[in-house]
Amino acid sequence: MEALSPLREGPDPNEAAMDVAGDLSKSMIKFYRRYPSITHRQHRSFSLQIHASLCRLMLTITMASEEQVKNSTAPAMFDTEAANCLMKELRSTFLAGKTKSYEWRSSQLKSLLKMLEDSDKQICDALFSDLSKPEMEAYIHEIAMIKSSCKLALKKLKDWMKPEKAKTNLGTFPSSAEIVPEPLGVVLIISAWNYPLLLSVDPVIGAIAAGNAVVLKPSELAPAMSSLLAKLLGKYLDNSAIKVVEGAVPETSALLEQKWDKIFYTGNGRVARVVMAAAAKNLTPVVLELGGKSPVLVDSNIDLTVTARRIVSGKWGCNNGQACVAPDYIITTKQYAPVLIDSLKHHLVKFFGEDPMNSPDMSKVGHSRHFARLKKLLDDDKISGKIIHGGQTDKSNLKIAPTIVLDAPEDSLIMSEEIFGPLLPIVTVEKIEDGVEFINSRPKPLAAYLFTNTKQLKEEFVSNISAGGVVINDVTLHLMVDTLPFGGVGESGTGAYHGKFSFDAFSHKKAVLYRGFFGDAPARYPPYTPGKLRLLKALLDGSLFGIIRALFGFS
Amino acid sequence: MEAIVGGFEGELKELREVFNSGKTREASWRRSQLQGILSLFKERESDILKALHQDLGKHHVEAYRDEIGTVMKSATYALGNLKKWMSSKRAKMPLASFPSSAKLVPEPLGVVLIISSWNFPFGLSFEPIIGAIAAGNAVILKPSELSPTCSSVLANTIRDYLDNSAIKVVEGGPLVGEKLLQHKFDKVFFTGGPRVGEVVMTAAAKFLTPVTLELGGKCPAVVDFISSSWDKKIAMKRIIWGKFGACGGQACIAIDYILTQKQFASTLVEMLQKYIKRSFGDNPMESHSIAKIVNKKHFSRLKELLDEPGVKSSIVYGGKSDEQNLFIEPTILLDPLLDSSIMTEEIFGPLLPIITLERIEDSVEFIRARPKPLAVYGFTNNENLKKKMISETSSGSITFNDAIIQYAADTLPFGGVGGSGFGRYHGKYSFENFSHEKAVMMRGYLIDFGFRYPPWNNKKLQLLKSGLRYDYFTLVLIKLGLKSKA
Repeated sequence: MEALSPLREGPDPNEAAMDVAGDLSKSMIKFYRRYPSITHRQHRSFSLQIHASLCRLMLTITMASEEQVKNSTAPAMFDTEAANCLMKELRSTFLAGKTKSYEWRSSQLKSLLKMLEDSDKQICDALFSDLSKPEMEAYIHEIAMIKSSCKLALKKLKDWMKPEKAKTNLGTFPSSAEIVPEPLGVVLIISAWNYPLLLSVDPVIGAIAAGNAVVLKPSELAPAMSSLLAKLLGKYLDNSAIKVVEGAVPETSALLEQKWDKIFYTGNGRVARVVMAAAAKNLTPVVLELGGKSPVLVDSNIDLTVTARRIVSGKWGCNNGQACVAPDYIITTKQYAPVLIDSLKHHLVKFFGEDPMNSPDMSKVGHSRHFARLKKLLDDDKISGKIIHGGQTDKSNLKIAPTIVLDAPEDSLIMSEEIFGPLLPIVTVEKIEDGVEFINSRPKPLAAYLFTNTKQLKEEFVSNISAGGVVINDVTLHLMVDTLPFGGVGESGTGAYHGKFSFDAFSHKKAVLYRGFFGDAPARYPPYTPGKLRLLKALLDGSLFGIIRALFGFS
Repeated sequence: MEAIVGGFEGELKELREVFNSGKTREASWRRSQLQGILSLFKERESDILKALHQDLGKHHVEAYRDEIGTVMKSATYALGNLKKWMSSKRAKMPLASFPSSAKLVPEPLGVVLIISSWNFPFGLSFEPIIGAIAAGNAVILKPSELSPTCSSVLANTIRDYLDNSAIKVVEGGPLVGEKLLQHKFDKVFFTGGPRVGEVVMTAAAKFLTPVTLELGGKCPAVVDFISSSWDKKIAMKRIIWGKFGACGGQACIAIDYILTQKQFASTLVEMLQKYIKRSFGDNPMESHSIAKIVNKKHFSRLKELLDEPGVKSSIVYGGKSDEQNLFIEPTILLDPLLDSSIMTEEIFGPLLPIITLERIEDSVEFIRARPKPLAVYGFTNNENLKKKMISETSSGSITFNDAIIQYAADTLPFGGVGGSGFGRYHGKYSFENFSHEKAVMMRGYLIDFGFRYPPWNNKKLQLLKSGLRYDYFTLVLIKLGLKSKA
């Protein structure tokens, strides 16, 4: 979701992370081959050590930034020992069963709701200070979203917690079965800077609803929100079970050394690889909420005004393009491109005025490293002369004007990495159907959008394009619908959340089978005879007639 | 060391192309492959039974029950439900995004890798393959090299009965597994031990490939005092079956150890002995109703478990072994040391420790103090104990008054939690395991509220607040200018 790029000289972090993860598995295989008979304990200590050191190394490569290099001179407040203590406390709270009760879960959700109601102002201020997020955006995309997901969880909690009846088949007759949701234990949530409130609190709601103890690590790149979250969650929620750990690389690696029951990570693919490799050492399941280049395919038979304003608000009105589901690029036909571009420009002016750099309705670029990355995309030689709108940058205020780039070549930087900012390339194709192929030739995005009135194209798009989610004739809106699972596939991540899916993401569904002592088929037990085989075949076929025949010795 | 030909680039490329061609997505393809599995098992039953006997010494009835029959049942179940599983589900929409509709569309993940295990070479290969095919994926199966005959029967029969452009078998050991894992898959489904599981997941991290890990763990059976003699008899039979009847205890959901109360222990040991004799005769090895130990390595591992001080002295029944035939007779141990290897490692063999507790309720604490197992069993008629076990212990599944049978229930998810793995399969859950549930939302152009768009002002904020609260009456009032505050 958060796109980072190497600024430091040296290895490409992307490759480095891939290599280290690969090396890690190779070295483990080598180790096991050399010492096939090591004991369980030796194995644990070996794998913990190499994981811990490599994890730290990888995080340093992938997350380090100028700001953090400065910060790193200060002694790390949260080290392995602190993480051990934290884990011990949370583990004992969880084992005591406190977080499992309906009362605890609902009381925490209620306090969370109260926290949001009491602190709108502080939240908006923090979002403004970190991202210059307009109050309206802060309200719709962060506060209101969490409020509604908190309310939904409160309303549905009893239903979600109820065991689900399962049918049983003839083979296990007579019996009854149910599926009982149970909390996983102590979970870690690592969130991102672009929607620092939403992406932190929304998974926390799921984790609480499912009855887990939680550690939240907000992003250090949205410092005001990070410290506000630490303060507010500390004040409103039960601190024996819900903690916030602030920090960057050293803190994250100290956390990742611990054994969690689930890790929920929102961010980019590079750090995700490190998180997943670290999780592997404890066999911890992960949810990875990443991003990708989410395309918008625009057909020509559409309501142009509505389309243009939906795209403009989805691209520039959602944290200025710094959203994981923001449209990344547009594909349209050669013929239709000029018409669409005119309309986009028109709506840009209508929404953000003639001087968008000073519009109060547009967020700034998240941080200076990110700004430099976007600047590099713009300065790429391969797109020189192709910028047809915008292009202005203001380094001191971290502002970049809404920019449209026409026909950027496929191998340009802007078309090869997730943009995550106010730049919008437009790709033109001969026939609109070619767009489907173009999207399919690239990694699976988090979202794919289509504007059309042709039924056939809609169907083709839905069935042939693999993406986390698909929206027809609008953008980003699926994120707000709590009956839809939100999550990626392939490069855009694994696992889904929102609404009941959040509850499920943090629950284990335990199968419970009840049997009585009656109605036992002797065929199951040794000693085995041919008659038992016949009965077994009938039983597994589920055919009552066959069973009766076998029982009476026919066939 | 094994020789490896190539790095599987050719195979993977072919699978990727076939998947991209859309062939595996067709319902007709999925159906024909599932039917192929059924005819494979019908027509090659004797080859399969022979292979299972050769590698694992499984009696043909046991082999049919645990592998052929259950796979055929699952394939039939998948065929019967395929249409339902493949159809998209409607999702309810909130008023705020009116007018619109939404659905969840299941789609295949792509090319998936299934690594199966030696103890149920057919069951643990085909159960996930059925899910992968039903969901429309291209598949590579790597069976275990530790049951070599079964591995080659799998390779041959799958070649003969299924579509080889989309379903391939790669035979080999750890080197082959390692080579395969250097490639990008869209899902890796692994059945085996935690150590290899860790390697698999670490390798998958490189490509962000989601994994399902089906591991094992020490599955306890809590045996309460049962008063009715009929119930007691059935319980004993089921315990013996749950320990020794499925691949000689070499099953991930086999009973690992028993927890019972002190006063019941002697009766329990006595009855277990009686029913072991009844099931397997005086000389269990001659009965051929019990599987052998898979190989020398596992045999000596089990022997070492038994030879540990504090364990050997606790043997109350059995304990004899025959290295030549890789056979260990059903063995019962009473209160071996809790920190001995037999009580800290997964046993995976025909050794059954019984641990005695003061009160049966203490079993809950005992289980909680250890890593989460794949299954917990309770033999009891005490409803309170059942409730306590369900709510206070955590495991992949929990079964009362029976063992192992949950594996055959298509409607129940099968899979671990914590140390016993993650991800679930069987029945519809297999389909879901190999599918991505894509959220699809459809909108029209007819109604488009201006308050969604910047430039922002207070009126828009009020409108939005009421829109998000689904308060349509207020919304209309504000729209008409009759109300300024929501």
